[in-house]
Amino acid sequence: MPEIQAYQGQDFDVIVVGAGHAGVEAALAAARMGNKTLLMTINLDMVAFMPCNPSVGGPAKGIVVREIDALGGEMARNIDKTYVQMRMLNTGKGPAVRALRAQADKHAYHAEMKHTLEKEPNLTLRQGIVDDLIVEDGVCKGVITNTGAHYSAKTVVIAAGTAARGKIIIGELMYSSGPNNSQPAMKLTKNLEKYGLELKRFKTGTPPRVDGNTINYGETQEQPGDKEPNHFSYETPDENYLALKNQLSCWLTYTNETTHKIIRTNLDRAPMFTGVIEGVGPRYCPSIEDKIVRFADKSRHQLFLEPEGRKTDEWYVQGLSTSMPEEVQQKILHSIKGLENAELMRPGYAIEYDVVSPYQLRPTLETKLVKNLYTAGQTNGTSGYEEAAGQGIMAGINAGLRALGKEPYVMKRSEGYIGVMIDDLVTKGTNEPYRLLTSRAEYRLILRHDNADLRLTPKGHELGLISDDRYNDFLAKRQAVEDEIARLNTVRVKPSAEVNAYVESHNEKPLKDGVLAAEFLRRPQVTYKDLLRFIPAPETPLDRRVIEEIEIRIKYAGYIKKAEENVAKMKKMEAKKIPEDIDFDAIDGLATEAHQKLDKIRPETIAQATRISGVNPADIAILSVYIERGRIAKIH
Amino acid sequence: MTTTSEFDTIAAVATPPGEGGISIIRVSGDHAFEAVMPLFKGKALDKVKSHTINYGHIIDPETQSEVDEVMVSVMRAPRTYTREDVLEINCHGGLVATNEILQLVISQGARLAEPGEFTKRAFLNGRIDLSQAEAVMDLIRAKTDRSMKVALNQLDGNLSRLIKNLRQDILEVLAQVEVNIDYPEYDDVETMTTKLLLEKAKEVKASIGQLLKTAKQGKVLRDGLATAIVGRPNVGKSSLLNELLHEDKAIVTDVAGTTRDVIEEYVNVGGVPLKLVDTAGIHHTDDKVEKIGVERSKQAIAAADLVVLVLNASEPLTAEDRQLLQDTADEKRIIILNKTDLPIKLEMTELNQLANGTKIIQASMTKNQGIDQLEGEISHLFFDEGIETGRGNVMVTNARHIGLLKQASQALDDVMSGIAAGMPVDLVQIDMTRCWNKLGEITGDSYQDELLDQLFSQFCVGK
Repeated sequence: MPEIQAYQGQDFDVIVVGAGHAGVEAALAAARMGNKTLLMTINLDMVAFMPCNPSVGGPAKGIVVREIDALGGEMARNIDKTYVQMRMLNTGKGPAVRALRAQADKHAYHAEMKHTLEKEPNLTLRQGIVDDLIVEDGVCKGVITNTGAHYSAKTVVIAAGTAARGKIIIGELMYSSGPNNSQPAMKLTKNLEKYGLELKRFKTGTPPRVDGNTINYGETQEQPGDKEPNHFSYETPDENYLALKNQLSCWLTYTNETTHKIIRTNLDRAPMFTGVIEGVGPRYCPSIEDKIVRFADKSRHQLFLEPEGRKTDEWYVQGLSTSMPEEVQQKILHSIKGLENAELMRPGYAIEYDVVSPYQLRPTLETKLVKNLYTAGQTNGTSGYEEAAGQGIMAGINAGLRALGKEPYVMKRSEGYIGVMIDDLVTKGTNEPYRLLTSRAEYRLILRHDNADLRLTPKGHELGLISDDRYNDFLAKRQAVEDEIARLNTVRVKPSAEVNAYVESHNEKPLKDGVLAAEFLRRPQVTYKDLLRFIPAPETPLDRRVIEEIEIRIKYAGYIKKAEENVAKMKKMEAKKIPEDIDFDAIDGLATEAHQKLDKIRPETIAQATRISGVNPADIAILSVYIERGRIAKIH
Repeated sequence: MTTTSEFDTIAAVATPPGEGGISIIRVSGDHAFEAVMPLFKGKALDKVKSHTINYGHIIDPETQSEVDEVMVSVMRAPRTYTREDVLEINCHGGLVATNEILQLVISQGARLAEPGEFTKRAFLNGRIDLSQAEAVMDLIRAKTDRSMKVALNQLDGNLSRLIKNLRQDILEVLAQVEVNIDYPEYDDVETMTTKLLLEKAKEVKASIGQLLKTAKQGKVLRDGLATAIVGRPNVGKSSLLNELLHEDKAIVTDVAGTTRDVIEEYVNVGGVPLKLVDTAGIHHTDDKVEKIGVERSKQAIAAADLVVLVLNASEPLTAEDRQLLQDTADEKRIIILNKTDLPIKLEMTELNQLANGTKIIQASMTKNQGIDQLEGEISHLFFDEGIETGRGNVMVTNARHIGLLKQASQALDDVMSGIAAGMPVDLVQIDMTRCWNKLGEITGDSYQDELLDQLFSQFCVGK
């Protein structure tokens, strides 16, 4: 075979490897900040492809999508243009855990994102496989493709996803492959080891897809979308919302004892249990065979049938992720109510892939070993489109800032779920594909879906990712919230007959004296809309998002204040930096475990050090004193 | 979580432990005033001038009862040792009152200071110079070793079992709330309602209340800590008892009913009142009524909260000694090695092995040596480590534990008031989680992924 001839390609500021959900956000952020950006993908028809569930958002994840939007990213706008169903989850619970989720039209989602990339002036989208990096003296200077191209760049972001030495497993069948039978990247991650990066193998999986024409929907329960408008992007107006009749429903069915028996009798053919699968899978998204084994006493498991798009009859069987042989998958499907005659279109599969152990990353997502090299998404051990996109935008921002010679941006845990996720990854690492859950955030009352813009849009504007027009709209919204809260703290509700009739109809004590409107609104049953019946309306009617913000801020003020006090304490700790060149060997008296962990993770602040398991308060005390001593020694 | 502990307001007894004289409880940090003022009857401390000393009383805010007459020094940042706000409570009520005041300060939100922590803060805030840094680090290192051992000792026993059970109960509730939030469409699990949460909060609060009831050291003052002095004949039990009695520490309590004829049963050692079990037996066995000696010892051990085992250093270990060492292995005990003024014939290596970490005090009753160490050890066991009383009923005496239990209980009050105010489950849960964390601080469990582990093992989720 003739040898591939190397050639010098163009120069770029930023190169992003992989155009999945992480890669597209990284490339768009870098390009929009003014960097000449190259986005490489193995297959242009798989840009922003959804190889697993056809949905975006949900608890914690939905808030990440809002955070991406608040920073000027694309995921929210893209799903707002291509969803087939929208639902707000957890509406009966508190404001911190409400979560928006959309069912996506997979093809439309991909096509829309690809078009957005094509329209971006500073961005070049190109098909090809990146085999290696150009690294000189520990500094990344570009990439080398399978076609022989050498592209140089100031910074490189790797978001290789499951293509990184991917291996698909279906029963006894096993082959190298990226997601959905795409070509895998067999060389890139192997070469990362050459530069000293430590890799491990993770596993994830996807369920079979069936032909919707063969589903008996009558045997299942309909799960429609919401009538009330909601979008992910703060920019999408309510009038764009799809009427319920134009949305597609999902359908709920269950496994049963017959299903479980089929699985049990075929466990000897299940790669999960025969030792074929080496990679570590996620606990929160177990395969159906795993569920049957681990929860043997459950007589049924939920399954959601979800449409893959408008112009297809392919349906996704949520909850039935499996790597059983194709023959068994069909038997399983046919044992389920509503799927008795379902035609399998694509079998489910497990996929193993390479990940970079995330303790090797800085909070900016730059690798510690190779300067100017960043990694994002599944490459860092996460799972989920939203988690990938959240890291993607942060990696793109930091790669872009470095290329521009500017200071990096690290989102704090108190500023967003994205900050929580990245801090968890680089501080604690992960032993399984990492998924965001609301319980991972210690400040979840502050990290709400309604206030992502208040938390992050000023930063997005500062970075050049939010236009002046949008920023001015944001400032107006913020002002409207402040003004109305101030007004409600001066206007009084008087104990009129009408007020007391209202109050008593909600089984609460009638008013004897007038109370501040804000005080009145604090009562659990009282809404802002109700309140306006008893006080004069504001000069201009308020947007529903402004009203939502006001209600939350007033009703939950006590809890929010407590959380903010904790955040303030934490910020003091974040301010205590650990010098980058610190020699932990030189610190006498650290416990052995603490010493090893500190040396491995190399935290950047005292706050980060306290979050490392095995580093106890005495170690932190010694570390603080050591650093302070060094600081004084330098001054003298 | 220890994340923000660097900026907690901290408190500790600043004077060496011992009876009599003045004890000082030092409080330092942003919330020093908040931690002391609710307990202080006297001038409004936040209104007085800095660097003044103020007369008043410490009261227990729950019962409104007076704990002690005190002087409080008020020193505002930055002209203080730590460069933080510092309040010092000077009291004169002895160890029990000192500890009670410390507990009260902790229950107001202060944290018991780590070893060397005041000095560490002084250094970090630029108060002391470079040459002292090494000394500070040595201090932290040295004391950490000791406090780690203490923490381990506290970990076994009924208290930690009880707390662990409570935490597991709460954890299951928390996991259920979390699974409702993160998997809202998952229908296999009962939805956690505020009603269920309220029931759980009440249940846990009752359990904590039970524990706190035992925490009143006053109860011990009244009843005495059941203590058995055991040993084979002629090792010096009687002398020890007489030594304790003659030290003018006999009486002991002013409680009605303490009459002359029971005087021998009560001694006050290092501030801890001991109720001696079977004093008759002590004399009898020395009177060489040997048949009943061993059996009697066993009964005494069974009835005691604390065992003082006396051995004779001038003779090799006997089978009876070994039996007693074995019988007391699971008890809170102190070993007195008597007659060390004579040539030592006892096998120290074997004794150390059998003692298995128990404090061994070298003593000579005839030379009046070792009594001070015994007193020190008893008060250390009682105040620092905590002794269980009443055979299996957990008793909390450690100031840090009591403070944390009170904070856990307050978190539950917040759960209940949140529910009463109509707050949704996921907000009320914030306070439930706080309760869980406070209890975890007692047992030293702070494994952060505990909740997720629980969630994924309890529920089969997947959307």
